[in-house]
Amino acid sequence: MLSRVADSLYWMSRYLERAENTSRLLDVTMGLMLDPGGANAEQRWQRMAAALGRTKGIEWNGSLEDMSHKLVFDHLDPSSVTYCINGARENARQVREEISSEQWQRLNRLFHHIHSPNAQAQFQSSVSEMLASVVDGIYLFKGTTDTTMIHGQGWQFIRLGRYLERAYATATLLEVFQPDLLQPSAEERTGPLYLELVGLLRCCTSFEAYCQVYTADVSTDRILEFLLFNRDFPHAICYCIEGARQAIEAIQASGGRRAPEELIAGIGKLHSLLIFTTIGETLAGDSAAFLHNIRAQCLRIHELIYRYYVQYSIQSALAV
Amino acid sequence: MTAGHPVELEPLFGDYPLDQAYDEMREPAGEVREQYRALAETLAALPADELRRRKQSVDLAFLTQGITFTVYGREEGTERIFPYDLLPRLITAREWECIERGLTQRITALNLFLRDVYSDAKILNDKVVPRDLVYSCKHYRRQMRGLQVPRNVYIAVVGSDLLRLNTGEFVVLEDNLRVPSGVSYMLTNRRVMKRTFPQLFSSYGVRPIEHYPQLLLSTLRSLAPEGRPEPNIVLLTPGVFNSAYFEHTYLARQMGIDLVEGRDLVTHDNIVYMRTTDGLKRVDVIYRRVDDDFSDPLVFRSDSALGCPGLFNAYRAGNVTVSNAFGTGLADDKAVYAYVPKMIRYYLNEDPILPNVETFLLSEEKDRQHVLANLDKLVIKAVGESGGYGMLIGPKSTARQREDFARQIEANPRNYIAQPTLDFSRAPCLVEDRLEPRHVDLRPYVLFGDKINIVPGGLTRVALEKGSLVVNSSQGGGSKDTWVLE
Repeated sequence: MLSRVADSLYWMSRYLERAENTSRLLDVTMGLMLDPGGANAEQRWQRMAAALGRTKGIEWNGSLEDMSHKLVFDHLDPSSVTYCINGARENARQVREEISSEQWQRLNRLFHHIHSPNAQAQFQSSVSEMLASVVDGIYLFKGTTDTTMIHGQGWQFIRLGRYLERAYATATLLEVFQPDLLQPSAEERTGPLYLELVGLLRCCTSFEAYCQVYTADVSTDRILEFLLFNRDFPHAICYCIEGARQAIEAIQASGGRRAPEELIAGIGKLHSLLIFTTIGETLAGDSAAFLHNIRAQCLRIHELIYRYYVQYSIQSALAV
Repeated sequence: MTAGHPVELEPLFGDYPLDQAYDEMREPAGEVREQYRALAETLAALPADELRRRKQSVDLAFLTQGITFTVYGREEGTERIFPYDLLPRLITAREWECIERGLTQRITALNLFLRDVYSDAKILNDKVVPRDLVYSCKHYRRQMRGLQVPRNVYIAVVGSDLLRLNTGEFVVLEDNLRVPSGVSYMLTNRRVMKRTFPQLFSSYGVRPIEHYPQLLLSTLRSLAPEGRPEPNIVLLTPGVFNSAYFEHTYLARQMGIDLVEGRDLVTHDNIVYMRTTDGLKRVDVIYRRVDDDFSDPLVFRSDSALGCPGLFNAYRAGNVTVSNAFGTGLADDKAVYAYVPKMIRYYLNEDPILPNVETFLLSEEKDRQHVLANLDKLVIKAVGESGGYGMLIGPKSTARQREDFARQIEANPRNYIAQPTLDFSRAPCLVEDRLEPRHVDLRPYVLFGDKINIVPGGLTRVALEKGSLVVNSSQGGGSKDTWVLE
């Protein structure tokens, strides 16, 4: 597969995952603001901005409606839903011949939807509904991808992009929430904190899954354990890294003239860390540093993917 | 109309005008031509707004499928759906037979001309085509002199533009030997028509065109360099900003080949490679949709980043086939065009089956005086342009525009030709629930590998604006499906 094509598929996938994540975070944050107590609107907003990777925050202008409208529709803001969907579609357009017509049509519909007056009207009447329609569009695209695309290298790059983006986003989210919520305290089971914790789980669509594993008894250490180490839940970091590892192995198996040793080692190490570390060890040590380390390793894996598959030097390729 | 099938066409046609131009659907007296009767009956039987409803569903399908083209020179909404008319244009078996023979003859002669000019130049020595004309052509590539191209095929893909005059006869307007586009619209139009008028389609017995991508692939394969039995064939596109990008992706997907951009290619030791996730992979045949000028910055325009440095040397070494060959634009020059009938006689010793449009060469003193005196009646074209750019349509021009062109002609007469303003044929199009005639041309697609293949049909382009003579998609043209009947 052409390196440029792999690059576009990978980014198409990452952008969509990001749009989904932003939509959900915004929806949950706005929901939490309905309840009194806890952090104020601006604090919540800035925490969400940090979870979206905006370390300097997004300037709060006092109007939640205006702020959220921008975060959905401002096509110049790299965090916005529209920006991400534009990015995904632009990447898909450049590899139009590699994806199925069904996938393209699905993505195109989502693109035209978010640019339509209809989406604006939906936003005015119910932000939540509007965001749900975006997330639905993305789910449909993923389903279409899995059922209509050949499960070859291209599909694996899509998976790789999806899982790395999601692992990174979940790790960022936990790192941002960590100081406020994840320091165990006595009154955590009731009151405002309960809602905050449920909100955190909802940001990863994981409240119901969490309840199935731990019952509705919400506690910070269990949440951390679930979102870090669970091997069966698709938004847990361990699950994502396992998926990314499988994708890299499949890419390697299907072409594989050059063994990307460092990449295999990198993803393997991160995977082992997530499988063999216990929540007790994490909490006993510096859990903030632990989360930060996971993010750093995700970034490193991204760089290695580029070095091996996309931006390699001609000399290194001819030498084989 | 025959007595047995009375059809009430009044509401559909209304005050549909008929004049001296050939109407594809109706005889001069107003009767529907025989081959169009079944279509007319189907249309008359549909409820008034049914056609409009079907049209809307087609438009929506085009939008969600992203069947679009890009318009240059506009910032907003540069991506547009290709305007499309719902009524098919019909061509009878007899008409098609003539077109097919005529194009085969013409393309054979043009290919021989290119080979000759880039090797022994006999036709120039024999003074059949003036030497000055060839060597002053903007698209002549001296780098091609003496270079052996695979199977001596210079023009593997051609899309000639034909017009029908008021005599009912087809003539060739231009040959498009560089990178003709539009074939994807021919294919998608057909898919849409089969869905929109299934019964009508099957009752007509239309010859299929769907195998075009497969034919194109085998044409390209037949041109692979020697000793490459499993050639790696790619389509080279200028990229996502090109107006025909949709078509490039469409063809690559239909053929199952990689769509590459210049930045995907590297050359090493005169071999072209593409960068893949598995390392470098050798490229054997390039179906090129990038103009000569932008193909290789080392040989052609050095400021271009669209091509691949070193491509031409690899081509010269015979390690990669590039189709169409470089320098084929020479025979596309509108002044060289005037000599095609002479080429056919010179190389094939035959009379041309498809005539040319009468053409005045402004480099000729006598022609020039005539043209300058009659600018308001003629069409003036720059010889090296395409896509409807660089044109003056005399009867529709202002005095100021004519003065402008006259000055440009005096300054550089070699750069212009003139042709009579052709009242070419019109076909009915759906305009607000009614039928109105619009000018149409026909672009059949010719493939030249082992032998010449022409899929029956082509792209019928429509000048959608009332009275307009310009059918180019970049200037408000649309298209129709073309049905060649059994």
